[in-house]
Amino acid sequence: MQRKFIIGGILILAAIVYLIISSSQANAQYFLTVEELEAKKQEMSGRELRISGAVIGDSIQFDPKTLALSFDIVHIPGDNTEIEKLGGLAEVLHQAVVDTSRPRLQVVYNGPRPDLLKNEAQAIITGTLDEAGVFHAEELLLKCPTRYDEAVPAQVEN
Amino acid sequence: MTVELGFGVLVLTLIVTLYGVVAAIIGVSRKDQRWIDSARYASLLIFPLLTLVVIAILYLIVTGHYEVAYVYSVSSNATPLYLKLTALWGGQAGSLIFWSWLMSAFTSAVMLRKWNRDREFLPWVIVVTLVTLVFFLVMSIFFENPFNRFWATPMGDRIEAMFPPAGSDLLLPADGRGLNPLLRHPGMIIHPPMLYLGFVSFVIPFAFAIAALITGRTDDRWIRITRRWTLVAWLFLTIGLVLGMRWAYDVLGWGGYWGWDPVEIAALMPWLTGTALLHSVMIQEKRGMFKQWNMLLVILTYDLVIYGTFLTRSGVLSSVHAFAQSAIGPLFFAFISLTLIVSIWLLLLRWKSLRSEGQLQSLLSRETLFLVNNLLFLGLFIECFWGVNFPLLSELVTGQKVTFGPAWYIRATGPLWGGLLLLMGIAPLSAWQISTYKTLGKAFWKPFIFSLLAVAAALALKVREAGALIGFWLVALAFAVTLYEYWRGIRARHNSTGENWLKSIWHLTGKNRRRYGGYIIHLGVILMAIGVIGIEAFQTQTQGALTPGQSLELGDYSVKYQSLAEWDTRDGKNITRAVMEVSKNGRVLQEVYPRRDYYYDSQQPMTIPGLRSTMVDDIYVILVDWEPISSRQATFKVFHNPLVNWLWVGTIVLILGSIIAVWPSTEREPAK
Repeated sequence: MQRKFIIGGILILAAIVYLIISSSQANAQYFLTVEELEAKKQEMSGRELRISGAVIGDSIQFDPKTLALSFDIVHIPGDNTEIEKLGGLAEVLHQAVVDTSRPRLQVVYNGPRPDLLKNEAQAIITGTLDEAGVFHAEELLLKCPTRYDEAVPAQVEN
Repeated sequence: MTVELGFGVLVLTLIVTLYGVVAAIIGVSRKDQRWIDSARYASLLIFPLLTLVVIAILYLIVTGHYEVAYVYSVSSNATPLYLKLTALWGGQAGSLIFWSWLMSAFTSAVMLRKWNRDREFLPWVIVVTLVTLVFFLVMSIFFENPFNRFWATPMGDRIEAMFPPAGSDLLLPADGRGLNPLLRHPGMIIHPPMLYLGFVSFVIPFAFAIAALITGRTDDRWIRITRRWTLVAWLFLTIGLVLGMRWAYDVLGWGGYWGWDPVEIAALMPWLTGTALLHSVMIQEKRGMFKQWNMLLVILTYDLVIYGTFLTRSGVLSSVHAFAQSAIGPLFFAFISLTLIVSIWLLLLRWKSLRSEGQLQSLLSRETLFLVNNLLFLGLFIECFWGVNFPLLSELVTGQKVTFGPAWYIRATGPLWGGLLLLMGIAPLSAWQISTYKTLGKAFWKPFIFSLLAVAAALALKVREAGALIGFWLVALAFAVTLYEYWRGIRARHNSTGENWLKSIWHLTGKNRRRYGGYIIHLGVILMAIGVIGIEAFQTQTQGALTPGQSLELGDYSVKYQSLAEWDTRDGKNITRAVMEVSKNGRVLQEVYPRRDYYYDSQQPMTIPGLRSTMVDDIYVILVDWEPISSRQATFKVFHNPLVNWLWVGTIVLILGSIIAVWPSTEREPAK
């Protein structure tokens, strides 16, 4: 009698494990920096990826008629502790945008221009890389650390 | 002055709390009731003390003391009063104080109950709740002090500290930075308190469970005492989650309500284990089974609550919620590990005394189906936990960060949600202990036929997606079974007592609030599922640039661009607002007003959709862009979201059901 229940329980657990594994094969996204993507271009082409980088303000082009958006991002380190060591996210983003020697990546997107897309914003972009080396974004996540993280006020009355 | 006073009271609160823990332990070890009473009084003192701290912070915010770093970061001169009051939980330091304050209120409520039958639990409930509080108070005093001020040192540095560094002067900013505009929304104002209420009230069942483990009184007494707490906690957590969805729908302007963001999942995880617990405690009460399991669930839920508080506030995971970043992560991690290890150790010590009193006898019995329900909820939890933590794990193991997006979650969790709906459509009809296909089939066939009719209706309405059809079938089945079960109860009562129908409904619900309240909660969940299926399976969208008079077409709908206006408001923002006319099959329905608010103080724009909402569908219009000079051409995005309103309506039904189930009953508890 009890065996029936144990088999049933195992079947349910097996189904859960199967769901996790099969979904992972179908839908896992590799999280890469621009530099890492550069190094593994061939291997990563066509796969779903997430790329993090700093937005270069001058490169943003948006056509409100067709909603075609294009901009470049530049490499920033992917590791949080490394970012802290280099003086925080705001500083890292600033340095990245100024530095012209770092690898850059062109991103194209079709849709509304996000409110936070501007110079020195951190972009986390989901999408795929095509053979020409252009990144086709499906989702844009943007963060502007400078605005809400400045710890001490600049203007002071006294 | 207020700053020193507030901080002083905060420190005093920590001392009183520590005293309470020590006194309770002394009381137990010396078997001295006086020490335990003293610990209880100390616990009662914490709430008024923290209330003073909260008043001090609110006073500083309302009177504009921008030299206080927290006030500077969440408030400004232009902030209206109601937002100043809610700025208490607008940032990290304030949130932690708010958490402690709610926790102390609930601790007081527990301390004030009658303890006659449960004397031995009292000291341990005090210890568990107060240790939790100590952790949060230490966090507030040493790491996230809401009373920190700005100082200018002689070296010319500007720093943030509680006490003035030698020779430094206080910095007095004329204005604050103001609350993040995204958080200035009614949904966002009540969303955190609801979530926190849910989080905090789950601590109470955990405290009683630990007390039961320590004292060895491992019968179902702890469950009977805390079942209402668990349900209240669950209700608040549910409301908190749904308000977050509503906020996302109204403010974030991407046409959806749930993005499988790590922070959303962090709040969902305790909800999943808590929901499993709500179901499985019933088996322990009725049949004396699943005792070890229930302990495990309550421990898990408690630590997920702490984990959730940490994730929402630490910024370890990149997320739209990452408003706050701080160094308190390792401490949270240490506290979670410590409580988890101690709790599991206690559980293992009592493992034998928590053996089941009964056995599963039939595959279709109510308790077996509850077990399956629990496995599915646990499975959902495991998937979510895996999804959130896998990126960290994969980075450690392979050096390559791999993340999961919404597609992963939908695929992995979808079948389990479906399984839960199916159970909702079977379990209410099955009997305790022994249930056969025959008896179940007898009760089952009418609702089953109804569900097939619903699928036929969906086919007739040209629904062809397999996922949606299965979803509608499950929803229809669960709906029919729940109503049918309710109806059978009413009919039986009507026939046996001769009461009229309305009276029968009233009395039936009143006599067994938990059961029939539970069915109403099920109905709410079913309605919510209709909304989820609608938007997930049938959402369509279009976008384009228009000049006034032009329209965007989407299905039967047409959205015509009429005009665009732009102006400044007195509270420091610029509004650009379009007037759009929504019509269906040529008939004009109404105007909607998508707009973009630009906040001058924070230089942040915010996109607010124009919405036409009915029970059938929503037309959701976003103003994407416009030509600034001519105000002629503008770009819009239009979403058609079928049935999504049922999500919100279902939530209201769910809240009603929960209130019925929680309502204190005048009848006495049956003596065991």
